[in-house]
Amino acid sequence: MTDLLQLLIAGLATGAIYALAAIGFTLLWQTSQTINFAQGEFVMVPAFFALAAMRLLGLPFLAALVLAILLSMLLLGVVFRYAVVGPLIQRGVLPLVISTIALSILLKEAVKDFYSAEALPFPPLLPDAPVSFAGVVVSQAQLGVLAVALLVIVLLQWFLAGTRTGRQMQATAQNPSVALILGVPVQRMILYTFLINAALAAVASLLISPIYLAKFSNGETLGLVAFVAAIVGGFNQVRGAIAGGLLIGVLDNLAAAYLSTAYRQAIPLVLLVLIILFRPQGLLGRREERSI
Amino acid sequence: MLRRTLVLAGLSLAAWSPAASAQDIVIPTIIELSGGGATVGAMWKNGSSLAVEEINAAGGILGKKVKLEFVDTASDPGKARAAMQRALDDKPIAIFGPIYSGSVSATLKLTADAEVPQVIGGEAANLTAQGSKYIFRTSFGQNVSMPKIANYLRDGVKAKSIAIVYVNNDFGKGGRDAIVKELPARDIKVVADISTEAGQADFAADVIKLKGANADAVFVYLNEEESARFLREAKKQGLTKPMIGETTLLGQKVIDLAGDAANGVKGHVGLTVDAPIPAIQEFGRKYEAKYKSKPDHNGVKGYIAPYMIKAAAEKAGKLDGKAIAAALHGMTIAPDKVPGILIEATWDGTGEIDRISFLGEVKDGKQVITETLPKLNK
Repeated sequence: MTDLLQLLIAGLATGAIYALAAIGFTLLWQTSQTINFAQGEFVMVPAFFALAAMRLLGLPFLAALVLAILLSMLLLGVVFRYAVVGPLIQRGVLPLVISTIALSILLKEAVKDFYSAEALPFPPLLPDAPVSFAGVVVSQAQLGVLAVALLVIVLLQWFLAGTRTGRQMQATAQNPSVALILGVPVQRMILYTFLINAALAAVASLLISPIYLAKFSNGETLGLVAFVAAIVGGFNQVRGAIAGGLLIGVLDNLAAAYLSTAYRQAIPLVLLVLIILFRPQGLLGRREERSI
Repeated sequence: MLRRTLVLAGLSLAAWSPAASAQDIVIPTIIELSGGGATVGAMWKNGSSLAVEEINAAGGILGKKVKLEFVDTASDPGKARAAMQRALDDKPIAIFGPIYSGSVSATLKLTADAEVPQVIGGEAANLTAQGSKYIFRTSFGQNVSMPKIANYLRDGVKAKSIAIVYVNNDFGKGGRDAIVKELPARDIKVVADISTEAGQADFAADVIKLKGANADAVFVYLNEEESARFLREAKKQGLTKPMIGETTLLGQKVIDLAGDAANGVKGHVGLTVDAPIPAIQEFGRKYEAKYKSKPDHNGVKGYIAPYMIKAAAEKAGKLDGKAIAAALHGMTIAPDKVPGILIEATWDGTGEIDRISFLGEVKDGKQVITETLPKLNK
């Protein structure tokens, strides 16, 4: 029982990070029909921004983290929106998908060539010490990761539902033409979703790199898992991506402990197949409009 | 006319190009420069480059300069095999690498068929048991190191039960099988036997299982990056059992990556620049001065490889792969004759290496050697 509880907490902590990356998939899809196959690399790169800021600019850790998030929003948000998505989106979804795959390769190779092909230690944001309650020993870092990720998710939900800009973004997602007629600055709303996606990816990066170590290839698995999480949860709902991420995190840990480590990576894919067969809109998704 | 002149000029320019003089000895070095083994490959690359610079400065091998040609296997046996096939087309006098046992396994038949000595970094027990007369280790095979670890678990740790966590590749499985074979005779039970994947990023579930197993000690047999991730996770979750490892777990790269979490790790160390031997410590200083990082055992393995070929070629008296391999079998290279070999080493008829080794532990972010174990056949 203690084992199970520990596995659940560890799974939720990892799952919350998957959720952050998965939310980005749903946001971009809803507002601009972009399926970003470089999402995993968007989670890998910010850690290297922070490492470079510390090593090359000599910034303290916290300042490097802030700079990494801002730089991600600029390069992975604004530049991605205008240099990649803008020109290609008129050509349809497929050319954009292919160009994001190319972007993922470019980012991976760039980090490998300009920084390092080796894994690098990344300082933990939260203390490593274990805490125990009722016989269960978990790490403060795990609880912290879970708390930070959930806080970010709650803030995002509040922003989307409780602010004027958030509701304008939702309107843009639901029907851009009508939103435009009603006076919503659609293009600006689309840019906001790219900024939010980049910021979420950066937070995920800073939370996961102390566990995974910063490495150019980290995005390969993360991108796939986040994509699967978004589909499992529901590609057209932010809350679906959150549920998908958490579910996959927990299942991954339970599978590693009770089935086999060798098959743990297959679990999300099996889940994906089952969802596509029996509930194609995802667990919490709306039956819709635009299917993928 | 003009065209002819241009063609001639182009041809002469191409012939003049100094990329590699026809007189140089080119040794293809097929190693892990990216992928899971990138840390390992970088160490070997630096170590072997340093040795080659020294050898060339001292006149080369039998009067010829040496040039290393680095090829990245991306830590993938398939790519290693393809690279080996290409490299063997040029009939080199020797090949260095790969370091990952799986990649060595995929390539050793090619070098045996081509009769080219292959100086490897792999430690899986079965590599030298496949009948190749052209494979030579730079570090102990698991068939040599695991009995030493088993003795240490019995006598040093005084463990009655252990949990094993290993990586599911040729290196990990080979080590796991070799240690499991040694334990019953020493009255030690295996209470948990946990397989993990190469490149695995998240060890939370594995550490939770280990905590539940409640063994006297944990034997950790993973590659560098995975070792570091595992140790970090173990520390976070408060796993307090003694962590015992073989060379890699106590290596400098793991210490660098794992930080504080590596403190307290103990085990057997086949090769280390922290060994109480002046020559090897001097190598460590040279390496650190040049590459701004401390070498681990893979740096030492890379460093001795060119010196092995130099000593064997000089013994054979010719730059011929077959003759070099024959010379290395049964050869003992001592540091008083070949200082670059650092520690006296002997290769048997299968390419297995024998030399002294060490017991050590990690204290305050540094590997400390506590005991020196003699050569097996001395």
